[in-house]
Amino acid sequence: MVMELSGYGNLSSGRLDATFAALADPTRRAILARLASGEASVNELAEPFAMSQPAISKHLKVLERAGLISRGLDAQRRPRRLEAKPLAEANEWLERYRRFWEASFERLDALLLELKDGESKTRQSKILDSKVVDSKVVDSKVVDSKNLNQKMQGQKRWRSSRHGKLKGTNPL
Amino acid sequence: MNSEKLQITTPTDREIAMTRVFNAPRRLVFEALTRPELVKRWLLGPPGWSMPVCEIDLRVGGKYRYVWRRDSDGTDMGMGGIYREIVVPERIVATEKFDQSWYSGEAVGTTRLIEQGGKTTLTQTMLYESKVTRDAVLKSPMESGVAASYDRLADVLASMPAGQIR
Repeated sequence: MVMELSGYGNLSSGRLDATFAALADPTRRAILARLASGEASVNELAEPFAMSQPAISKHLKVLERAGLISRGLDAQRRPRRLEAKPLAEANEWLERYRRFWEASFERLDALLLELKDGESKTRQSKILDSKVVDSKVVDSKVVDSKNLNQKMQGQKRWRSSRHGKLKGTNPL
Repeated sequence: MNSEKLQITTPTDREIAMTRVFNAPRRLVFEALTRPELVKRWLLGPPGWSMPVCEIDLRVGGKYRYVWRRDSDGTDMGMGGIYREIVVPERIVATEKFDQSWYSGEAVGTTRLIEQGGKTTLTQTMLYESKVTRDAVLKSPMESGVAASYDRLADVLASMPAGQIR
């Protein structure tokens, strides 16, 4: 959810598609990991794999199309090298997704703390055995949510005045 | 305040799952997830975004609608869906579709809350539309490819020297 936030950035989703599709294969990931330590020829890349050179070449084509690798200048060896930018972009996309939720959940932590505080205060002022009797737990919850609403109204007003200064309008 | 770690995993090729522990009983977490006036206070993402619209009709078949706005340029981003299943205070299943979606069809989100020792583990699983695997990879790798690539991408990136990322 809310991955779309990143859609307003500069990332081309078509390119991301290609990046992620290219990464979906273990051999291609291994090739990228190998190239991360420096450029290598097709033969050198094929070596660690129990695979024919044409099979490796096929994988290299996919990686090349995705823009994840390019060919070096040496005409004889035709070494492949890593193009890190698409990977970095894909990672950025994931990071934004993570950041969205991390930032949101940290706010939720603070909100829950506030809800808990409000609740324990209400409970203390209520009858002591409310924990044991079901109906009374329900009671205390109702009271608590009223209390919460009042608190939130206060918070809203505070935000409005603060926000209003900056922007003029405040949708919250 | 606690600062629990957010975990993002890919249980299947069609899913993304997030897990996060909150230091509160689950009925409070459930309220924070389902009462608009509470949702508006936390579901905002990084600084710079606000949530001018948050409508929740919490019943099976009921709709929800969220709109976020980027304060810097007023860009709006909306999404919404329909509740399919609600079990207070432990489970919510709802469809999800963005106004400007980059993937076809609806996704289905399942939120589970498990309470233990006063703490609540929230797991949110997004299930993207089913397709023949081949077609999914060819036509819409964002659906199956992204999810399946999360962990793999992390592996590749971890193996890369920092200087390689330009």
